[in-house]
Amino acid sequence: MLETRSLRRLHVGPIDLQIEQGACVSVAGRSGSGKSVLLRMIADLDPHDGDALLDGKACSAMPAPAWRRLVTYVAAESGWWADSVGEHFSADVDLPVLLAEIGLDPQAASWAVARLSTGERQRLALLRALCPGNRVLLLDEPTSGLDAGSTERVEALLRARMARGTAILLVTHDPGQALRMASRNYLLDDGRLHEQGGAMSRFASGG
Amino acid sequence: MDAPAIGYLELAIGAVLVLLNAVLSLLLGLGIGRDLLVAAVRVVVQLLLVGLVLKTVFEFASPLTVAAVVIAMFAAASYEIHARQQRRLAGAWGFGIGAGTTMLATLFVTTFGIAALRPDPWFDPQVLIPVVGIVLGNAMNGVSISLNAFNTGIVRERAAIEAQLALGASRRTAFRRMRRSALRSGMIPIINQMSAAGIITLPGMMTGQILAGMAPFEAAKYQILVLLLLAGGAGLGAIGATGMAVRRVTDHRDRLRLDRLAKAD
Repeated sequence: MLETRSLRRLHVGPIDLQIEQGACVSVAGRSGSGKSVLLRMIADLDPHDGDALLDGKACSAMPAPAWRRLVTYVAAESGWWADSVGEHFSADVDLPVLLAEIGLDPQAASWAVARLSTGERQRLALLRALCPGNRVLLLDEPTSGLDAGSTERVEALLRARMARGTAILLVTHDPGQALRMASRNYLLDDGRLHEQGGAMSRFASGG
Repeated sequence: MDAPAIGYLELAIGAVLVLLNAVLSLLLGLGIGRDLLVAAVRVVVQLLLVGLVLKTVFEFASPLTVAAVVIAMFAAASYEIHARQQRRLAGAWGFGIGAGTTMLATLFVTTFGIAALRPDPWFDPQVLIPVVGIVLGNAMNGVSISLNAFNTGIVRERAAIEAQLALGASRRTAFRRMRRSALRSGMIPIINQMSAAGIITLPGMMTGQILAGMAPFEAAKYQILVLLLLAGGAGLGAIGATGMAVRRVTDHRDRLRLDRLAKAD
């Protein structure tokens, strides 16, 4: 479904990657290896070489905002443009239900962004990006600041999306999460993706 | 008009007050005396020189000399706008957007001033130069404050802007809040000036005209016209400058391009 062709920026690439409908692919790699650069290229948030295609339709052939509504990037550090939580969500979502689903107070819509904790911000930023329209989620360490219980709820939410056909490219430092969520695991090193296949257990033990 | 003549003795009386301030600053260790004295000397030298230059220009009354003065004013304003920004766009844009929009807004608003005051000939320096000068000064303030607020704002609000872009907002939508707040900062001075005019302060120009012997009601009408022109100039300049800045710090793929900002000083 999602296909990248020779994506290249800075020290990253060329990257050729395919993710099928409803699948999750994980990418690990040390800090600075270019994991965020890769996700941002796919979302077309930085100038780059190469192209990405969704169901054969090229990113470069459609307006960038339309592409990003289909292929949505969620940064590790979330940005907030209004004062209250609710203002960041479209009016036609049932926010209290969604909030409860990831273990947040259903009243959180009226909270001030300034008083959110890191973990709350992270979960809300993910929730904000989930809309019926997006086909691919590009997630940059979506659970790095969360406790085990919250991580579990986020993973369940993502699995539900996958069951409905959403593809996920998941950058994670957590080998356990990569194994739980992804059908293929990659390591980004020297700007290239290396598939981890059967060697996943070695990777998981820090090898 | 029978303006009371002002000689050097009268100016000296004014200078006593500045000296008094400087002495107070020195005695109390307030550290403002030196700057105040330098500024006072500057205002004396600069305004006397301008008075002399304008006297000559008025005598010539030629479109060429008027144009030369206007160009010199534009050049000084362009430099000033550039100097007042803590963060600038890289390359020629850092200079061009502020200077270009200020000049365009000033020229546009000045044609309205000419249409309203109908000088004869239309380039009469006694009308044109003061109008250009005061409109330019205000457009320059509006543009430089707005641009500075905008440029520092995008660095501070980077995550918020990119979050909106990543969720599929167009560059125009993603920058709407920031552009609005930058425009507001640039327009607040002239809005405050208009709101307070006559109630809290008498505007400087009107005060000068009354002191120079003009009937207060006539002076008020002049002042109203000028304030309306100033608001127009500052607003158009700031709208144009922030609009161009939005386009410059983004690209055709609706990406935020912070690489097009010059490095911080």
